[in-house]
Amino acid sequence: MTTTYGPLVVWAVVGVVGVATFAIRYSFVYLFGRIDGVPPWIEEALRFVPAAVLAALVAPAVVDPGPTLAATVLDDRLLAGAVAAAVAWYTENMFATIAVGLLALWAVGAAM
Amino acid sequence: MLPDDFRAGVRAALPSILGLIPFGLVAGIAAVNAGLSPLQAVGLSAVVFAGAAQLAAIDLLARDASLAVVVVTAIVINLRMAMYSASIAPYFESFRRRWGLACSYLLTDVSYALSIAEFTDDQSTDRRWYYLGVAGAIWAVWQLTTVAGALLGTGIPESWGVSFAVPLVFLALLVDDVSDRPRLVAALVGGSVAVVGAGWPLNLGLLGGALAGVVAGVVVDGRGGSDA
Repeated sequence: MTTTYGPLVVWAVVGVVGVATFAIRYSFVYLFGRIDGVPPWIEEALRFVPAAVLAALVAPAVVDPGPTLAATVLDDRLLAGAVAAAVAWYTENMFATIAVGLLALWAVGAAM
Repeated sequence: MLPDDFRAGVRAALPSILGLIPFGLVAGIAAVNAGLSPLQAVGLSAVVFAGAAQLAAIDLLARDASLAVVVVTAIVINLRMAMYSASIAPYFESFRRRWGLACSYLLTDVSYALSIAEFTDDQSTDRRWYYLGVAGAIWAVWQLTTVAGALLGTGIPESWGVSFAVPLVFLALLVDDVSDRPRLVAALVGGSVAVVGAGWPLNLGLLGGALAGVVAGVVVDGRGGSDA
């Protein structure tokens, strides 16, 4: 899929996300000395942001609910994703995870 | 001649750079496959310099999601850096203003984790040089691999399924992050809500899943704390 947004819109997104990201990174470096760090409840919530956001990004890409449980589970992306997750868990290696995941998708696609 | 602490920082960053190379290539390839120009792909890496947020923004742009969802999603993904900023700020306090700005721009998961470990272990390290070694090495590799990916991108046939590399990158980062039960619950709830909400307008399933996951993580963590 390719975007239908024009170049100016894409550059605007790059600019806005870039400025916001820099503001987040610089926030406490700038504020330090004025306040005493992050409030504990924000720090607590921020700890769970990576797991929650990453799972919300991954899950719809590998889980495609079908009419039956079998159709949902026996999906090439879900099977390849499960293999890749196991590789990520045991090797903690991003290259191995991507390589095995792509090979698994290709192998499952050829077998089914 | 570069100071020893700069070179020590570069050396410390080397193992993680092996993981960064495919990640950067995917960021470049995914950007041009989504219809961005190679210059926009490289601009994204140079201006935003945050891999997971870049890939999410690219993915949402490719699906023509609303611009508010694209921007808010990328910002939510990068909110964790506020934690790093707060944690590392005391060590940047003695830097001149321009170095504080430069070091903030270079702040990433890996540069934070490696530097904070060194700063707390060894008081004698020249913090600015060490940090610039770690973060500068990561920055250079990220830019070079994105350029390579952006140039390769359109030459790779769709049938190879390389677009599946994007969720695989997120998956590798996710598995690495899920180190305890509250985080596992946050991931399970976030992922489930996102699957249920996959058809919601404005890609709200993503933001809804993220929010539900964070709330679930906080709740489970609170219960675990009171039991202990």
